[in-house]
Amino acid sequence: MRKVAIIGVGLTKFGELWDVSFRQMIVEAGARAIEDAGIDGKQIDAMYVGNMSAGQFIHQEHIASLIVDHAGLLPIPCTRVEAACASGGLALRQAFIAVASGIHDIVVAAGIEKMTDILAEQTTEALATAADQEWEAFVGSTFPGIYALMARRHMHEYGTTEEQMAMVAVKNHHNACFNPCAQYHMEVTIEDVLKSALVASPLKLLDCSPITDGAACAILVPAEKARRYTDTPILIAGTGQASDAISLHDRQTLTGLRATVEAVRAAYKMAGVEARDVDLAEVHDCFTIAEIMAIEDLGFCKKGEGGKITEQGETALGGRIPINTSGGLKGKGHPVGATGIAQAVEIAQQLSGEAGKRQVEGAQIGLTHNVGGSGGTAVVHIFKRGD
Amino acid sequence: MGVPRFWREIPNRYNLIGVKCKNCNRVLFPPRFICPGCRRVGKLEPHKLKDRGKIVSFTVVHVPPNGFEGQAPYALAIVELEEGPRLTAQITDCDPNQVKIGDDVEMVFRRVGQEGEDGVIYYGYKARLV
Repeated sequence: MRKVAIIGVGLTKFGELWDVSFRQMIVEAGARAIEDAGIDGKQIDAMYVGNMSAGQFIHQEHIASLIVDHAGLLPIPCTRVEAACASGGLALRQAFIAVASGIHDIVVAAGIEKMTDILAEQTTEALATAADQEWEAFVGSTFPGIYALMARRHMHEYGTTEEQMAMVAVKNHHNACFNPCAQYHMEVTIEDVLKSALVASPLKLLDCSPITDGAACAILVPAEKARRYTDTPILIAGTGQASDAISLHDRQTLTGLRATVEAVRAAYKMAGVEARDVDLAEVHDCFTIAEIMAIEDLGFCKKGEGGKITEQGETALGGRIPINTSGGLKGKGHPVGATGIAQAVEIAQQLSGEAGKRQVEGAQIGLTHNVGGSGGTAVVHIFKRGD
Repeated sequence: MGVPRFWREIPNRYNLIGVKCKNCNRVLFPPRFICPGCRRVGKLEPHKLKDRGKIVSFTVVHVPPNGFEGQAPYALAIVELEEGPRLTAQITDCDPNQVKIGDDVEMVFRRVGQEGEDGVIYYGYKARLV
């Protein structure tokens, strides 16, 4: 298996992009990545695109053909990958496998979601199809409702508080203020979060990630060739993916994600690192409780202490293990299929020293954690500076 | 959505019929088509579950999905049935704010939701505090 490196990344602005179409977004992100990599589009061998539900969001399937056509990259193969909100992370993994295996040399890993072309309630309904339609959605479950069931149990077993969950939102909104591509440049206070409207108790509006349009791309090449294109290649040192039951009620635990635990174990093993070696991480904070569970499941603290270390500032910029320096799904925005790639974009920028005011000084090893649905799929990648 | 999708689940949803593996005696609900433990060696047969259970976790849904607008706010819970399986269900016939983890419940037959003005009205189980 060949080692694989990222040589260029690109991101659109994240937000409610009413004046920009699906096809325009992917071309914009792709063009930025190609420019960043300093390659010619004609050198690209293949493309993998993470997208949850163009069929529901813009009534368009067969987007692989649409994208590669509008990117001017015909006739290279393009493959769409879907695992709800983990679609982007899986596209990155597929691109990694394609390069590592030797079947392709220069591969684009992309992610995109256009979520605001339909009404917000239709978007919410489309997102809910990531849950079990027959045995969760049928009885009146919503996505925030499913995460609320995890939050309530986490509070019951470990004493996690609504204030600690609010602190995740406060931190991630703060970080987003330093990210030009983020949807929100707006600080929030603990009180703002606690006073926001109840969605599914104990989760309130400001515990939830927003509806977002956005696209992201990364360009992968064999590590041995990476120096031809850049002085700062970012090695993808480890990848791991795991699955769990689609329904929360069929899982062994409600207070963590087994898929995350299994995925990160595989990724750490491949990269030859441990949790304590990681300098920063982008984790899947679709709801504030999800970040608390993620930092526990990834091994950054003991199970049950995610709320506590958030409260102690260990996950803030300048803390022991900065989490979601980009603003996370909460502050940067969550265009579901793009999120897994956008996380890799942030880590690549951080490890290259190009993260501006949110730069983690001396960062050598970064991690991304992307979850599909309420935990039916998880994918983890570990990145190292190439020097 | 087409009527068959609701119709074919009627025995399970109306009467709480899951499956039991004759090889390992594990009871499964919602029903499955292969025993996850025994796989091909397993032998699944229909099994009517006892209607008692306990609340493992709960939430009060304030922003409901389509088809549930008139019911919000409602309590939604994960219930562990006496025979082992867990399921997601609304908690009915109570003030949603009085629900607690560990509460005993019984499963009851209720109207669950409907697809708009002229769509299917569907029925199934909810849980009631005992």
